[in-house]
Amino acid sequence: MPSSAAINAGDTAWVLISAALVMLMVPGLALFYGGMVRVKSALNMLMMSVTCLAVVTVVWVLYGYSLAFGPDAGGVIGTLRDVGFAGIGTDAVTGSVPTLAFAAFQLMFAAITAALLSGSIADRAKFGSWIVFVIAWVTVVYFPVAHWVFDPSGWIAAHLHALDLAGGTVVEINSGASGLALAIVLGPRLGFKRDPMRPHSVPLVVLGGGLLWFGWFGFNAGSALASGGLASVAFINTQVAGAAGVLGWLGVERRRDKHATTLGAVSGAVAGLVGITPACGSVNPLGALVIGLLAGVAAAYAVGLKFRLGYDDSLDVAGVHGVGGLVGTVLIGVLATAAVTGHARGLLYGGGFDQLGRQTLAAVVVGAYAFAMSWLIAKGVDRFLGFRVTRDDELAGLDLIVHGETAYDIAGHTAGVGRRIGQSVAAGHGVASQSSAKIRP
Amino acid sequence: MRLITAVIKPFKLDDVKAALEAFGVHGLTVSEASGYGRQAGHTEVYRGAEYQVDLVPKLRLEVVCDDDDVDDLIDAIASAARTGKIGDGKVWSVPVETVVRVRTGERGIAAL
Repeated sequence: MPSSAAINAGDTAWVLISAALVMLMVPGLALFYGGMVRVKSALNMLMMSVTCLAVVTVVWVLYGYSLAFGPDAGGVIGTLRDVGFAGIGTDAVTGSVPTLAFAAFQLMFAAITAALLSGSIADRAKFGSWIVFVIAWVTVVYFPVAHWVFDPSGWIAAHLHALDLAGGTVVEINSGASGLALAIVLGPRLGFKRDPMRPHSVPLVVLGGGLLWFGWFGFNAGSALASGGLASVAFINTQVAGAAGVLGWLGVERRRDKHATTLGAVSGAVAGLVGITPACGSVNPLGALVIGLLAGVAAAYAVGLKFRLGYDDSLDVAGVHGVGGLVGTVLIGVLATAAVTGHARGLLYGGGFDQLGRQTLAAVVVGAYAFAMSWLIAKGVDRFLGFRVTRDDELAGLDLIVHGETAYDIAGHTAGVGRRIGQSVAAGHGVASQSSAKIRP
Repeated sequence: MRLITAVIKPFKLDDVKAALEAFGVHGLTVSEASGYGRQAGHTEVYRGAEYQVDLVPKLRLEVVCDDDDVDDLIDAIASAARTGKIGDGKVWSVPVETVVRVRTGERGIAAL
């Protein structure tokens, strides 16, 4: 959606910094997820996120940006005019920033959203099939939905007038519903509900969650696409909701489980941050407090559903992102205030049920579309490539089987025992026997 | 000679080590172990899911001693490791045929 307005230096600086902040959320998510799985598949969990950053970037440059933000076709999708960023030079402008800065910022959103899905299928997906799924999923699900909501000519933005500053629908409900579909298609991990599947490193989860919280300032406040009042209210709302989410989740745990846990604190932070994502530019900080708290409480209860209903959304993509995103997106219809939005008002501020209806419809349509299409894509990948590793490989762990690595050598005595049997680059003389990959002597 | 093996609560290591030193024992091997007895594990809770953890972390202590000292040493270890609560562990001994000090080649009691 390039236009011919002037480039604002302050806005450009903030959007570029925000893009870098959101990029950091991908390795943050990798650690957040990686710490939560068992040690035998920890690296595979990290790799599912890291490869999203690589794969989605390539797709974005080739045609993703054009499908999401190229010239509008019926409010449903962008056309292919901007394929390969053709014709978008340094003087092209979107809003008050260079189109290339806007494109870089939006690229990170696509990458992190795809990575979010991986949490629902921990420990059991074929790596190549995952990559194929990601390419198909961003093409069929993410790019169109981003166009509906983030492009000013998309039907949700232009006609439904549902408010969603940073992606409660595009990122959170989308990933939650898609993750649920993936978990259902792949089926539960071997031993689900029977074996203890304890997080192998809660400190890693804290590190990853901290990076996510930090990056979320770019995610939410950067979505203002300008460095002014809107970015500032989004910034403080982000902090407030994350904090309230921690307290909400811990409150549930103290009451239900008798212990306030570290994993619960970080999970609550993410739930609160998810909740405020759509609403950060529509509510005041007290509204953010309410949304963060409710998102934390709702997600803390929602994560138990998978055991009762029998689907293995392993790391609670639907339970945290789907539910948190739904809470935030819908509550805009209650808590939106004209002092922040400039016009739209929620139920509590005399706006009646109008905005509430628009928010609910946007949430339901995006959730239903994401679930249906993701289910179809996952079924297709499963049919033609197989989406799940063999039983033996799953039991052995994906790190060694798929990646030929293990995550830790803490004992220290395993690395020094054994011998090198090959090398892929020249580095002095190799070990003669069983040399399997020597390129140069 | 006898090999005494003790499985104890990890935080009791310092007490047991002090008791052995007071007795004049100058060598000890410690390794991390896990297992269960009457204590039968504990529960942990992650995102509301409660897990029964069957194997409890313990330390395994090994010390070789003269036949004459074995009962006194076992008593010293047991009383130093005791808290009176379930899960305090076990101490046992078995006969040892040969001991060699690697550095000097000394054998038997002289190698202890």
